[in-house]
Amino acid sequence: MSWVSKTLSSTLGQKLLMALTGLFLILFLVVHLAGNLQLLFPDGGESFNKYAATMASNPFIRVVSIGNFAFILLHVIYSVILSRRNKQSRPVAYAVSKASTNSVWASRNMGILGTIILIFLIVHLKGFYYEIKFGSVPMTSYEGVEFKDVYAIVANAYGNILYVAFYVLSMGFLAFHLSHGFASAFQTLGLNHVKYSPLIKKVGLGFSILIPALFALIPLVMFFQN
Amino acid sequence: MNLTLKIWRQKNNADKGGFKEYKISDISKDMSFLEMLDVLNENLSEKGEDPVHFDHDCREGICGMCSLYIDGKPHGPQQTTTCQLHMRSFNDGDVITIEPWRAKPFPVMKDLVVDRSAFDRIIQAGGYVSVNTGGVPDANEIPIPKSIADLAMDAAQCIGCGACVAACKNASAMLFTSAKVSQLALLPQGQVERKIRAEKMVAQMDAEGFGACTNTGACEAECPKGISITNIARMNREYFSAVVSSDSL
Repeated sequence: MSWVSKTLSSTLGQKLLMALTGLFLILFLVVHLAGNLQLLFPDGGESFNKYAATMASNPFIRVVSIGNFAFILLHVIYSVILSRRNKQSRPVAYAVSKASTNSVWASRNMGILGTIILIFLIVHLKGFYYEIKFGSVPMTSYEGVEFKDVYAIVANAYGNILYVAFYVLSMGFLAFHLSHGFASAFQTLGLNHVKYSPLIKKVGLGFSILIPALFALIPLVMFFQN
Repeated sequence: MNLTLKIWRQKNNADKGGFKEYKISDISKDMSFLEMLDVLNENLSEKGEDPVHFDHDCREGICGMCSLYIDGKPHGPQQTTTCQLHMRSFNDGDVITIEPWRAKPFPVMKDLVVDRSAFDRIIQAGGYVSVNTGGVPDANEIPIPKSIADLAMDAAQCIGCGACVAACKNASAMLFTSAKVSQLALLPQGQVERKIRAEKMVAQMDAEGFGACTNTGACEAECPKGISITNIARMNREYFSAVVSSDSL
């Protein structure tokens, strides 16, 4: 076995992949949110539609988006590999366990939280990504130039209370996933020091509240605007 | 004190095992948990029953031999070893559930006794240093900063009891392995095998079938010696830097 495959089959190597892909996805969340907040601009979707067109045509963004899908897939695959191993490590469960006295709920349920987020992602990609890329999208024009009216599709989806509720709830689960995942990724990378670890924990907690909250705000605002 | 004990009984490694209930009375609050079990075993012996088997040795909290998953926590409700746990931590009339450590690499041999030689094999894989033979070196010949010596001593406090594995939801041995990697990686004497040690001990830990780490921090919270998960971060650093720079291909 080469040193690369040996490392990637070790628990530490697999955890490293989880941490690196996780941190990339955290970065992606920020970029994605920054773009999506343009949905709330009071211009009938003009800036958002123009932004969507740029994202779809920019070759750099397309490369990054392929990478993004790959990292999501890696994050999922390695979480399954690690979770299976972890389950097998304790074939007989304890009759009495007081895990809540030594660790927080989110840290013990990252797999369940991740699965819910994956289900959300599939619905989300089917509803928007697939629809916009391959479905029939209404057109609109600004200053004589034609644009896909992506805003209309989003506005239409967020007119449905069930859809909005699903989004807001999913962002809640994302918040819990991030509340452990953010700081945990740094620990796995070996970055644990009194100098900066308290800061990482605080930033992670703030991030896990702020980012999902802003994501959840978009469908809520658009629902009540309709 | 009068207590009800629900104890895991298992004839041998192949036996399926199950819980058995025992009533025990007139237990002093000043007894240690193991002394309470001694009383139970005396009672059982008098009745001609097989006493409950459990590991113990120094009964001073320094050998790492005692174990027991008591009422849902390794070493019971206090952050100490089972031998240093006293009956004053319980109340009269309590029902106490006692289980063995649960982990695939720690097979139950009998009742509450598990085989922890997986830990020994992790140590054998790389937990050693090369030393020169010859005369005894002068004291303080090798300068070690106090802060580094303290960190190494903190890691060296690990008694290898396995409470970290027992507490971890993944039955991961990362706290144990990282303490052993750290105590030697920090000191000048440990530099010769530094890279090979990290690689070999992690490989052995995986080969034994321990789970991976989810950074829940349960191990640190339950460790009777207060070993910190900063050691796990250090082991990760040691391992990753060894992977990209060691001679082993």
